[in-house]
Amino acid sequence: MISNKPILEFQDLHVHFPIHAGVFLRHVGDVKAVDGVSLKVMDGETLGLVGESGCGKTTTGKAVVRLAPPTQGKIVFHPREGNPVDLVSLDRAGMRPYRAEIQMIFQDPYSSLNPRWSVGDIIAEPLTVHEPGLSHAERDDRVAWLLEKVGLTGEQAHRYPHEFSGGQRQRVGIARALATRPRLVIADEPVSALDVSIQAQVINLMQDLQEEFGLSYLFIAHDLSVVEHISHRVAVMYLGNIVEVGPVETINDAPIHPYTRALLSAVPLPDPRPGRPERIRLQGEPPSPLNKPSGCPFRTRCPHAIASCAESIPPLVEVTPGHEVACPVMLDQASRSRG
Amino acid sequence: MTLISSKSWRMLRSNRTALVGLCIVTGLLLGSLLIPLLSSASPDSQDFERFLSPSFQHPFGTDALGRDLFLRTFAGGRISLFVAFVAVGFSLLIGVPMGLIAGYAGGKVESLIMRFVDLMLSFPSILLAIVLVTAFGGASLQSLVLSVGIVGIPQFARQTRGEVLSLREHEYVLSAQALGFGHVRILLRHILPNAIAPLTVLSTLRIGTAVLEAAGLSFLGLGVEVGTAEWGVMIKDAREFMSQSPWLAIFPGLALSMTVLGFNLFGDGLRDVLDPKQVRKG
Repeated sequence: MISNKPILEFQDLHVHFPIHAGVFLRHVGDVKAVDGVSLKVMDGETLGLVGESGCGKTTTGKAVVRLAPPTQGKIVFHPREGNPVDLVSLDRAGMRPYRAEIQMIFQDPYSSLNPRWSVGDIIAEPLTVHEPGLSHAERDDRVAWLLEKVGLTGEQAHRYPHEFSGGQRQRVGIARALATRPRLVIADEPVSALDVSIQAQVINLMQDLQEEFGLSYLFIAHDLSVVEHISHRVAVMYLGNIVEVGPVETINDAPIHPYTRALLSAVPLPDPRPGRPERIRLQGEPPSPLNKPSGCPFRTRCPHAIASCAESIPPLVEVTPGHEVACPVMLDQASRSRG
Repeated sequence: MTLISSKSWRMLRSNRTALVGLCIVTGLLLGSLLIPLLSSASPDSQDFERFLSPSFQHPFGTDALGRDLFLRTFAGGRISLFVAFVAVGFSLLIGVPMGLIAGYAGGKVESLIMRFVDLMLSFPSILLAIVLVTAFGGASLQSLVLSVGIVGIPQFARQTRGEVLSLREHEYVLSAQALGFGHVRILLRHILPNAIAPLTVLSTLRIGTAVLEAAGLSFLGLGVEVGTAEWGVMIKDAREFMSQSPWLAIFPGLALSMTVLGFNLFGDGLRDVLDPKQVRKG
């Protein structure tokens, strides 16, 4: 059910956090968490966004719902009705009508539910803003219906979060996200905090819900193995930039960017056959986003880096339809070996 | 959910310190409320012989004006506890919103509020209270309550800010923000309810200190009127007769220290039970 129409477009998005220091809070620099991201999420698809901790993937997701303030660029959302809007240009009040259509699932099911609220109240909370006309009975019905949709029972609405397991709590988080009938769900590492055995259940649930409600997911994860099951396309992020994006099969089988390759070789295999290529080990730590290297952000750890990598941030170039890579060195090699 | 769930109540009962504190506090409260009411004599009536030693009729003896010290000690508890409760209520009323705003707004607003709090904390609290009483027009019950209340503000502002700083990073707060809720609603419905437990602990501990501060001010002649049945005043009046009738100072002094002890023990016990950072998994 993936259409060829986008639901969300990031256009050269920047999120820089200013750093203030000293008694007078002087501006001493910026953390470039997101540094020029352009990306599309198609209507009905799951776009996996992967990268290591601190690469800006969560900030990218948070920028959509204004939990992180974009400093430059556009986030164009295509609402159910009406023309596409740039969410960055809207103020708080202007943003409100679109919030129902864009919801978020959080990483830590232990911190994402207010411990003093019953699960029913937690799920009903979005309705109090977005559908204030609902009667109490209607609201209760909706909560019970949502709980059943995520595999819990309506009677559990009166329980408190501490009475649930991690997986169940994450289901509650999903039910809350679905309460306003969203079309786009930003899932910020929704299974990272769960047991491996529970991860699959929650991912399957998310897939079922996607089919039933025609949802689009921006699925953020730090681990390619989680993303490959649910995603249609995958974008790989490093230090605030997208380095490679493409269909999940292509990224899995024929990655081009050195960082994607390293990331893939780090995925543990259930059956490590002897034929597996040797693991690529990256040297050192990723540089601080406060002090990014010039040019390609990956060049300081890249085994293939050459002098020209320091000149400018390489743009994404389409290799095959839908597969884009931001590495002139590897693209050069590929075209030379082909030609 | 109630503040003290059945599980917390169980933990509280098995915590001996807290239980002792609770007994002392309850005993004092009941005693100072009931004993002056039930007695036929008034704590201010000078009906008895002066300087009687403790006896069956006058368990704490009588003072220089022939008043029953037992009655006066418990009547004094009424004033001390009244001052302490109202003052702490006042500190909460001002300090908590200050902390909420500072912790949530951050940046310049936070700096401004917290520097002001630091400024208040840089004075010894009794000195600050003395200055405040004087500024409020000298000794009276009102200026006593106000001064002790204001002196308590910084602690509440600090504690609240600390709680907000940690709570606002919780994802349920982000979730409420992502839903487009206003700041006031997020603060009052999501953050404040989760900060109530540590604030309860602080209030309890602070009541003990407030009793002490109020008595100290009265002792210095900056609290309630001379001659009132109040611990600080009573101890002050007893100084002249220390060698002759030491019980005049001993009993109000004992009442004072028991009150402070009771609230401290109870507060510490409450912290063990309520403060989520210290609750052991059980």
